[in-house]
Amino acid sequence: MQEQNLSKNNFEQCIKCTICTAYCPVVQVNPLYPGPKQAGPDGERFRLRDPFFYDENLKYCMNCKRCENACPSGVRIADIIHTARMKYSHHTPSLRDRILAGTDFMGKVARPVAPLVNAIVGTKAAKAGMDAFLGVDKHRTFPKYRFKGFESWFRHKAPDQNRFPRQVAFFHGCSTEYQHPEVGKAFVRVMNALGYGVQLLDEECCGVAMISNGLWKQARAHARHNVQAFEKTDLPIVTTASTCTFTMRDEYPEILGVDNKSVRDRIVLAEKFIFSLLDRGEVRLVFRKDFKARVAYHIPCHMEKLGWSIFTRELLGRIPGLDLTVLDSGCCGMAGTYGFKKENYAYSQEIGRPLMERIRLLDPDYVTSECDTCKWQIEMSTGVSVRNPILILADALDLDACRKINCGTEAE
Amino acid sequence: MRYDTLIIGGGLSGLVCGLQLQQAGRKTAIVSAGQNAMHFSSGAFGLLSRLEDGTPVDEPLTVLDKLGPDHPYTKIGPEKMAALLHTVKPFFAQAGIPLAGEESRNSFLITPTGNGKRVWLALDDMTLLPDGDSAFGSKALIVNLKGYLDFNTSFLAEGLERRGMKCRIEAVELPEMNRLRSNPTEMRSVNIARVMDGGEAWKHLVAAVNRLITDEDTVILPAVFGFADGAVIQAIREGIRVRTVFIGTMPPSVPGIRSQMRLKKAFELAGGTMLLGDQATAPVFRGSRLESLGTVNLGEVRLEADHYVMATGSFFSKGLWATPQRVEEPLLGLDLYAPEDRNRWYATDFFAPQEYIAFGARTDAGFHPLRGGQALENVYAIGSLLGGCNAVQMGCGAGIAILTALAVADRIINE
Ligand SMILES: Cc1cc2nc3c(=O)[nH]c(=O)nc-3n(C[C@H](O)[C@H](O)[C@H](O)COP(=O)(O)OP(=O)(O)OC[C@H]3O[C@@H](n4cnc5c(N)ncnc54)[C@H](O)[C@@H]3O)c2cc1C
Ligand code: SF4
Ligand code: SF4
Repeated sequence: MQEQNLSKNNFEQCIKCTICTAYCPVVQVNPLYPGPKQAGPDGERFRLRDPFFYDENLKYCMNCKRCENACPSGVRIADIIHTARMKYSHHTPSLRDRILAGTDFMGKVARPVAPLVNAIVGTKAAKAGMDAFLGVDKHRTFPKYRFKGFESWFRHKAPDQNRFPRQVAFFHGCSTEYQHPEVGKAFVRVMNALGYGVQLLDEECCGVAMISNGLWKQARAHARHNVQAFEKTDLPIVTTASTCTFTMRDEYPEILGVDNKSVRDRIVLAEKFIFSLLDRGEVRLVFRKDFKARVAYHIPCHMEKLGWSIFTRELLGRIPGLDLTVLDSGCCGMAGTYGFKKENYAYSQEIGRPLMERIRLLDPDYVTSECDTCKWQIEMSTGVSVRNPILILADALDLDACRKINCGTEAE
Repeated sequence: MRYDTLIIGGGLSGLVCGLQLQQAGRKTAIVSAGQNAMHFSSGAFGLLSRLEDGTPVDEPLTVLDKLGPDHPYTKIGPEKMAALLHTVKPFFAQAGIPLAGEESRNSFLITPTGNGKRVWLALDDMTLLPDGDSAFGSKALIVNLKGYLDFNTSFLAEGLERRGMKCRIEAVELPEMNRLRSNPTEMRSVNIARVMDGGEAWKHLVAAVNRLITDEDTVILPAVFGFADGAVIQAIREGIRVRTVFIGTMPPSVPGIRSQMRLKKAFELAGGTMLLGDQATAPVFRGSRLESLGTVNLGEVRLEADHYVMATGSFFSKGLWATPQRVEEPLLGLDLYAPEDRNRWYATDFFAPQEYIAFGARTDAGFHPLRGGQALENVYAIGSLLGGCNAVQMGCGAGIAILTALAVADRIINE
């Protein structure tokens, strides 16, 4: 007798309890979205009979995975939805979708003329133009492109890195390269203080925006490229962005069908990596005595799905002088490029409303979050600045003292 | 990562145990794979509604000696049962969950079909009655929200009419509901409750109901109010000009989810760590002790604790797992009450007591589960994972979940 009779996407395990629907942030605000149960396991039964039953409204799913975290039967609801989009959707991605999806391509094009691009996309006229012609909502503030990226800064540091006794590979991702190089710089400083040198990889954008915009072929090409690049090293592949991490670990095999077994377990977020070192007693942290901050931690959806927010909480919790509030778990509404789209803007803001209200009420010195698109959404909606936890660590650590106890003086 | 106590399973039992321990200053973490049976709650907790032979029970404490040696209440013992019973209402109240009902006497809950069901304590949306079949009003106005299919008004009316109550059924149409109604699959209890929670919608409902009342002395509404906050329930009760009674609906259960969220919140506020959406795996034993557990998400980082509490639930929550050949406890491989012969697992009559409901973990008298015949010293089992009684037949599911949780928390604290 068969032990289990299940398809790859285990829709048969659904017991129709509608618990997933109770936790889906999109259902709460968007009447066009059929909801996780209907879009996922229920719809799958029909689609298997006849692709005619595919509903283009599945595109409203933000892939936040909150439904999967709630399901008592372990149904991979969002995977079912996105696999269906890939298999059945006739929608061809628009120019707007292609632009939003091409985070690295856009970065490369924009960078040489960064001040110009930033100035232009910031103007009312350009916003109105993008709204009318592209469907990028005019209320959105574009993250600023930096003239000089992280990699060119790193080039000057690279020779020093080999002098450290232990090494990690750093997957920096697009937003560190083009918009927030300070995150990468902080990462290098912290790792060096722990006695680790940093190597870069021949990386490409993780492809998450391509997945959500239906550019499956490109996403698969990126996934294959990254897996091959990661296979060339045995070093831990450390990241600072939760969504890239989640995408490369779980979406590559589950949605794109790209086998990443050889590298998956080595892909790890900085907070988990550092926590593990501490847990095993391999490094020690020395904090500055004068550091003070009131910080609110917003746990991004993909961080919830990874289940790793505990590491960030544990690390930040060790900083004397840091007053940490963990915000009630809830989606900010941005979901990568989702909130940029004109048709989603109002829903996106409505989804994020409870979180934004809570942040305004708390009025912390800043919010911390591992996800850059959460950062854009929260900063735009509340005016409170959002910092990656690694920036906070870099500020709170006494880096020189750390370096002394973690690698003696030989690396100085 | 090290804790004083690690609880596996974040349903009613795991959360009650965790909150009690964390409030006693023990560093506690709960790992929970998915949501739990509270999402199906009828709105009331059962302590002991019937004996195994079907005899109805009015005062559970007086019949504890009639329970078998394997029943969890027998293991707790009569004195401890009596003592714990009186702590339940204050415990839930401080977690923001006021409970109605008498601690040592069963009351009756009106079911969605209008019948009376013996229960113990109820979430405060629900109305408890002193007996099962008399009328609780002479004329009732049953009001549904237009388009909501999980509240069967005609079944309910039939049931109430058997009690000698006259019933009239109406449906109100609120503009706030239009958005939900445009997508019939989403006209669900929780989504309605969300709309009703904020803004003016509940006021419009109260006004509409008041307009519908003619000579009725009772209004009946589905229990779909107060998702995040129970205040709206009180406001509706006060706003409607006759007595208002809420009746449970098809799942998901709004009162159940609200209570579960409150318990979780209280646990986190007390400083507890919740690992939600993660599954405990890969136990490492040394002799009769559990040394550590892994989880799917944490990877190579192990969880260690002085005590472990198994609150993984029954079949519904995958605390038990059935294959065509056998029933097993998938995490630790615990010994179970479950016959080998598959034909004895269930009765073919759907409504007969089903033996598989009584399947579950075997423990010693101190709730240490057995594994290969040996009690695991630093592990406890609580809640619906426990075997040894048919909780559906006897109506003792929530009672077992709450009381074994409190009893085990006490043992851990006093050890
Ligand atoms: C559908 C249904 C409706 C019920 N309604 C009522 C009612 O109205 N009144 C009443 O008195 N009783 C009711 N009961 C009885 C019910 O069993 C108890 O009331 C009680 O809620 C059980 O709580 P629990 O914590 O023991 O288990 P559960 O609520 O089942 O919780 C177990 C939890 O453990 C988690 N888990 C399992 N394995 C793992 C693992 N390996 N790692 C991490 N987490 C894991 C599950 O995801 C789940 O969250 C009902 C039971 C069911 C199944
Ligand atoms: S929560 Fe899981 S089992 Fe319940 S309806 Fe959704 S997919 Fe099905
Ligand atoms: S992934 Fe998020 S948006 Fe998509 S169905 Fe699940 S909960 Fe809803």
